Amino acid sequence: MATFSSDRQIPAPQVDPTNKAYFDAARDGRFLIGRCKDTGRHFFYPRGVSPFTLSANVELVEAKGTGTVYSFSVMRTKQPYCIAYVELDEGPRMISNIVDCDLDAVRIGDRVQLVFKPAESDGFQLPMFTPIPARTTT
Amino acid sequence: MSINGKAYIVGAFEHPTRKAVDKSIAQLHAEVAFGALQDAGLGKDDVDGYFCAGDAPGLGPLNVIDYLGLEGLRHVDSTDTGGSSYLVHVAHAAEAIAAGKCNVALVTLGGRPLSEGSAFGTAPRSYGAGVPDDPFEIPYGRTSTNVYAMCAMRHMHEYGTTSEQLAWIKVAASHHAQHNPHAMLPKVVTVEDVLNSPMIADPLHRLDCCVISDGGGAVIVVKPEIARSLGRPLVKVKGAGEAVKHQAGGYIDLTYSASRWSGACAFEEAAVKPSDIKYASIYDSFTITVLVQLEDLGFCEKGQGGRFVADGNLISGVGRLPFNTDGGGLCNNHPASRGGMTKIIEAVRQLRGEAHPAVQVKNCDLALAHGTGGLMGTRHGSATLVLERE
Repeated sequence: MATFSSDRQIPAPQVDPTNKAYFDAARDGRFLIGRCKDTGRHFFYPRGVSPFTLSANVELVEAKGTGTVYSFSVMRTKQPYCIAYVELDEGPRMISNIVDCDLDAVRIGDRVQLVFKPAESDGFQLPMFTPIPARTTT
Repeated sequence: MSINGKAYIVGAFEHPTRKAVDKSIAQLHAEVAFGALQDAGLGKDDVDGYFCAGDAPGLGPLNVIDYLGLEGLRHVDSTDTGGSSYLVHVAHAAEAIAAGKCNVALVTLGGRPLSEGSAFGTAPRSYGAGVPDDPFEIPYGRTSTNVYAMCAMRHMHEYGTTSEQLAWIKVAASHHAQHNPHAMLPKVVTVEDVLNSPMIADPLHRLDCCVISDGGGAVIVVKPEIARSLGRPLVKVKGAGEAVKHQAGGYIDLTYSASRWSGACAFEEAAVKPSDIKYASIYDSFTITVLVQLEDLGFCEKGQGGRFVADGNLISGVGRLPFNTDGGGLCNNHPASRGGMTKIIEAVRQLRGEAHPAVQVKNCDLALAHGTGGLMGTRHGSATLVLERE
């Protein structure tokens, strides 16, 4: 039997002075990730220093919004949901949810794409992912 | 400087309660402190070093030291690496003793998550205000169980590990727990029982998860001269290691833990190898925790953990590596949702020959106690102790 993701109540994130730009962009439907300007490497979660060099020479850049399921688990609560580590095409793996699909069909290696879902209050939106339909040849 | 031989565990006490409705957290700390001191044959005024972690209320050492009425302390340490803290404390106590900073160290743990109705493993929880990673994880429903479940899922994907193999870990723990009158789950279970228990977070079933319990424990670590004067069996701290692993900016690999580093340090300091270990206390918040740590500690090759734990290999008297002979967190208790203290205590029992006769390992002169605190799939601390009966 298929398990479909339901509209779980998503708690609003705790915004602080450093992560505010990330969540403000998400509100506007833009998904940003960190980039270390010293090494050129992307990182997640975004922060005010590079986890590679500890330098503050970092920036937020818009991600493509596509990736691959690195691992996942379906939480079998009353409203089941799927937590996952999504490996972004830029490299970093981030914790997110896989939504808008049959949760029982999610597999490691699935290609996924960005979709924003509203959180509980204040117009927050959070980046989540949904499987990219397999291309059918006609 | 090495701590090998610089300190001994002379007192160990596990609180018998599993649900402490009528006791505060501070009271649990006090009762386990008293129990461990009695076990050692020492009094409260002998203590000159005190160690506790985040389970202690308020400002930790300050509030507990006051409650206990400890005087004349010269050394205090409240390092918190979650459930592995207490193994770190034993190592730090040995370091402090070796440096002459204290002679008698008391380490306590106490908590009452069961009485407080904590849905510890299945409800998203923050570790406090201002934690920088929380806003990026809590809204997605990050829980203890589903983060460990993601480790299990990836391990299965890369190495072919199966739910049946994971279940063997619970089966072994239950075989030990049947002999422990205090165990919360004393019934022997089968692989089928585990697989038929409700799915909590794929691929972890309810019986892949540890219990939620109240209680606590304490140990006393002293310098060699004092240890020899007490007439208790001598349990020497032979080697120790501690390490932290995290997301590395998003480049995390879920298939291994910080145990890889803490274990290597401990074995090197002790100058022994995994095959020398007669008994192992292995942190068991979930079955997958045990499997990954066994690999990382070097008891088997990476990826071979499933084969290693299968067919009763962890059962005392049956398999090659008897583990958690008190029933562990999976069956006995998991006080304060921090399993490190009880890992030390059962290792001490084994080395003293004081484990239940049905699970006592013969000629147990070398044991390992190991903990992993925090969340193995995000950020965690591992700590390893090699202990020797002298």
